[in-house]
Amino acid sequence: MLMSAARTSPEPGVAPAPADAVIDLRRASFGYGERPTVTDATLTVRRGEIVAVVGPNGSGKSTLMKGILGLNERTAGTLTLFGVPGDELRDRARLGYVPQRHTLSTSVRATAEEIVSTGRLPRIGWLGRLRATDRQIVARSLDVVGLADRAATEVSTLSGGQQRRVLIARALAGQPDVLIMDEPTAGVDAANQHVLADVLERLVERGVTMIIVTHELGALERLLTRIVVVDGGRIRFDGTPERYAAQRGAVHHDHDSHHHDDELRPHPSGVAVGPLDAPHDGSRR
Amino acid sequence: MIDLLSIDFMQRALIAALLVGTVAPMVGIFLVQRRLSLIGDGMGHVALAGVAIGLVTGVAPVWTALVAAVVAAVVIELLRTRGRTNGDVALAVIFYGGIAAGVVIISKSPDGTPANLMKYLFGSILTTTSSDLYLFAGLAVLIAATTWALRPRLFAVANDEEYARAVGIPVLPLNIVLAVLTATTVVVAMRVVGLLLISALMIVPNAASQLIARSFSGALRWAIAFGLVSSVGGVALSYPLNTPSGGTIVLLAVGLFIVTAMVATARTQLSRRRHDVAEAHAHEHGIECGHEAIPHGDHVDYVHDGHLHAAHESHYDEHGHEGPHSDPDGTADTAGTAGAADTAGTTTGTAR
Repeated sequence: MLMSAARTSPEPGVAPAPADAVIDLRRASFGYGERPTVTDATLTVRRGEIVAVVGPNGSGKSTLMKGILGLNERTAGTLTLFGVPGDELRDRARLGYVPQRHTLSTSVRATAEEIVSTGRLPRIGWLGRLRATDRQIVARSLDVVGLADRAATEVSTLSGGQQRRVLIARALAGQPDVLIMDEPTAGVDAANQHVLADVLERLVERGVTMIIVTHELGALERLLTRIVVVDGGRIRFDGTPERYAAQRGAVHHDHDSHHHDDELRPHPSGVAVGPLDAPHDGSRR
Repeated sequence: MIDLLSIDFMQRALIAALLVGTVAPMVGIFLVQRRLSLIGDGMGHVALAGVAIGLVTGVAPVWTALVAAVVAAVVIELLRTRGRTNGDVALAVIFYGGIAAGVVIISKSPDGTPANLMKYLFGSILTTTSSDLYLFAGLAVLIAATTWALRPRLFAVANDEEYARAVGIPVLPLNIVLAVLTATTVVVAMRVVGLLLISALMIVPNAASQLIARSFSGALRWAIAFGLVSSVGGVALSYPLNTPSGGTIVLLAVGLFIVTAMVATARTQLSRRRHDVAEAHAHEHGIECGHEAIPHGDHVDYVHDGHLHAAHESHYDEHGHEGPHSDPDGTADTAGTAGAADTAGTTTGTAR
């Protein structure tokens, strides 16, 4: 375990962040109150990367993301966003956030377009209203997620997967430099998972930098450039999908390799098994 | 002479009702959205303490009520944000402390009669003076302008506070502004509706509008319409009926809610009957889906194995077969009436 930690986390304070780093964490701890939920996280995400953050439920994936977004307390370490200290970033909308929501629970009626428009707000003046160009961007965002013909539909009547895509469109409307998605595929039916994967693929084609928190790689796997495994509040693995697959393969090959087993698969079903994880078994529509 | 006088105070009361009927639902929709429907009621309780202090000290009660309600609003919002202490209990302490202080202090004032207390609690059209009216008009314009200007951001914060914080929208300041707007609305409405009933005029028109609206902006327009009908109608009725204006206004609003609920239910059942949903449909139509898209009135039909599918809510509606619809000269092809002339068995789904 020690060996792995030394290998996977770069020595903090030694190498400066690369020039194209959008997110740079050095030995950062995040949490609420005194007890951090994520400790000693060192992670650099460069422009154009598609990073999956995987790990079992409660491993600290979401806490790590919220830490990057400034939604919880950083108790140690440094956070650099687009080359400036995280606290000093004024233009927060450069980070596009797709929160984990099972439903878009609205206590009042609102159309998909109205929800997506809120994503445009950071880009317009305080007393300003959406202008023609802003409306176009909102419309295009809905189009990218395949909901152009449902712009005027009341969101609570949409399916779970469609609501999830409304949230992605909301983040896109702010024209972010990086998109942070928390479990975009969780609790979404098979047909909609497929649509979601297509949507993400479209974003990859557009060169959007993405960090996707998920506990099921599945259809996303082909899009990824990098996989980060979080467990027990620590980053346990950080590397290419190939290396991830190789190490996971080794685990399956040699059951006595308990070191790796502990690191990569702390809970037998936790890391990477989900409905999307078996694209060949024909059960996926 | 008496007629003139009556016309005079009726005029003032009607103008006050017009102001209140407009601004109360405007502010109220955000309270409904944040699930804080009862907060206005609590602020009314605290405003009573302000009124009492005004009556005892000889300051205009409207001003003291305004100060008390605004201070309470800010304290409440800060308590809610802290969250660690039991916010709910803290609110109860403030609210009941407010009304209790109001009742006790008012009994010490020179004109602290039960009748006087009733006027403030339940509203009385006789109490609106013309200097009050100027103040109310000023405050109402301020409330309406602020709410209108901040509407997109108030909506964003109430819709998803965490997201708003992540993208840098100032959540706490906006919530405090909303609380102050609520407190100010309570004071503006105090004379006409009464402190115990003002919350109803913020919430009930919105409850009714939520039953029929399909968008936030639509809901807001309906709520203001319901609010205006109830407040102006209630004041107008309370004079010939000789009833307290506040109660009359709120009963009218509740009546409108019930009628709206019945209409909405009837309409849903009617449309369900004439509404064909396409078979279980895993495919999502779109620009790139390969199915021919035919613009049709206010929606787009996709030709799917000879059937016309149109997006409706989370599913696709069956809009019949390709034949009759693809006729570009179809006489029924105007938005809103598209479905009425459709062949039997098709639906007006998106056109409703």
